[in-house]
Amino acid sequence: MRPSLSLSVKNILRVIQRNARVWWKYKVPSLVGNLGQPLLFLVAFGLGLSQQIETIAGLTYLQFIAPGLACSAMMYSAAFEATYGSYTRLSAQSTFEGILMTPITVEELAMGEVLWGALKGLLSGLIMIGVMPLFGLWPSPWVICLPLLLFVAGVLFAALGLIMTALATNYDFFNYFVSLIITPLFLFSGIFFAVDTLPIPTRALVRVMPLTPVVDLARMLCYGTIAPGWPGQITVLFLLAAGASWLAAVLLRRRLIK
Amino acid sequence: MHQTSPAPQPSIIVEARNLSKAYGARQAVGGITFAIGKGECFGFLGPNGAGKTTTIQMILGLVEKSGGELLVFGEAIPEQLKTIKPRVGVVPQNDNLDTDLTVYENLLTYASYYQLPRWETNARACELLQFFALDNRRHEYIRQLSGGQRRRLLLARAMMHRPQLLILDEPTVGLDPQARHLIWQRLKTLKEQGVTMMLTSHYMDEVARLSDRILVLNQGQVVAQGEPKQMVSEMVGLDVFEVICDDEQALLLEAVAAACQARSERTADGVYLYTNKDCAELESAIRPCDQWLRRPANLEDLFIKLTGRSLHES
Repeated sequence: MRPSLSLSVKNILRVIQRNARVWWKYKVPSLVGNLGQPLLFLVAFGLGLSQQIETIAGLTYLQFIAPGLACSAMMYSAAFEATYGSYTRLSAQSTFEGILMTPITVEELAMGEVLWGALKGLLSGLIMIGVMPLFGLWPSPWVICLPLLLFVAGVLFAALGLIMTALATNYDFFNYFVSLIITPLFLFSGIFFAVDTLPIPTRALVRVMPLTPVVDLARMLCYGTIAPGWPGQITVLFLLAAGASWLAAVLLRRRLIK
Repeated sequence: MHQTSPAPQPSIIVEARNLSKAYGARQAVGGITFAIGKGECFGFLGPNGAGKTTTIQMILGLVEKSGGELLVFGEAIPEQLKTIKPRVGVVPQNDNLDTDLTVYENLLTYASYYQLPRWETNARACELLQFFALDNRRHEYIRQLSGGQRRRLLLARAMMHRPQLLILDEPTVGLDPQARHLIWQRLKTLKEQGVTMMLTSHYMDEVARLSDRILVLNQGQVVAQGEPKQMVSEMVGLDVFEVICDDEQALLLEAVAAACQARSERTADGVYLYTNKDCAELESAIRPCDQWLRRPANLEDLFIKLTGRSLHES
């Protein structure tokens, strides 16, 4: 194993560009796939339950879940791109093999794939935020910081996905990732209920799950209620994103260079 | 990044010294030594599993060597891969064209991996599409192309960045005769332009046509290398008689052949005789046989002599 640490930004950009070129041809079905589910949740739970649920932390139920659903759209888009998308490029389409015959290194390829997944996550998250006014929700000016948060979290979830891709032997392998990691994160990261209402041991568990601080921070930025603790949460996210990206690159090298 | 004058090339383009690769206990390449000179077409032959593709992948840094030395353009692999790879073009055995992109977009995307500027990419793509008779397919998707067109596009893609070393891993596998002839013509032109080539193929006629020198690998070892015509005349002989006959006749022919210093090899329904000189006795002994054919010895005879007639797949 000889991981190459000198990364060329240009080479990473070329990998992203290739994926973007293909995505552009399939943008409509791709966006429907990425946004259909979170939008339906917003309508069904937000509009449907708002009448029956009292305010949570001073927010209507629709207000409460909208930022979290933007985060979940980000997570699903990034994680699915780096699993099903990347794995198709690794196996069926031999795209990775073709790229590695050129001067692009495995590490540059891995970073390109992670950043591409993060960009798709960012786009989905932003569209979710963009539709909030249609539901009568108007975000605070703090929302301009949200893209950075969504992107960093996107890097984390894309990198986790690429780790799975580097380990996968077939598509069914991703069932573990989706059923045991992504779906529980979607349900228990404080998108649908306030984490503070949970019993203490459960609360501690939920607090260490990686989507929880993202949902927390996104809600703060959407409604301008900045609570202390955010620098710590951001730092942890950055570290997790960097660590997962590094591990994804190492595992992808092990997978592709014999 | 645009190269107006390519970097000076040493006279040896690829050099392997005692190069080996082991996957656990299995020795895929077991200490091979060879050198490919500038402007040469070097044929890399061997049965399936002999270690040809593994050697190519070591040159590309896709497989890490287990031992020995490997120099390309005089620079060591894997340390100098970053400076070596921009100067190498590859036509892989597996078609890995981007099926989501058109013919032109494939060239565009691939050239971008070599950081070719956009204006140069356009000019180069037009030039190569014309050269490989694909200019009317420019905006078609890969799935609409025939096997021959896909192979030609793989060649065009490999040439986008004007490589000094072109690696061709079975460039005409599965193609019809017309498509193969077109590719051979183009490869000859590239060779005349001074491109160094490393060619693997199972088609001996293809190798004989294109290669200046060949190397035969068997089970990870070099069994012979040299100039193909010379190797055929030295190791196989001048002419080959393919004779279909019964056992009794075959025994007689073997005895006559031995007297003429011709090598013989029994087949299921007769005998093959490899002669080094004209032999009147042998010819008259063959005449009564059911069926026989006299032809010049070729690379296929050499290949089978060196690697055996039976299947090798492990």
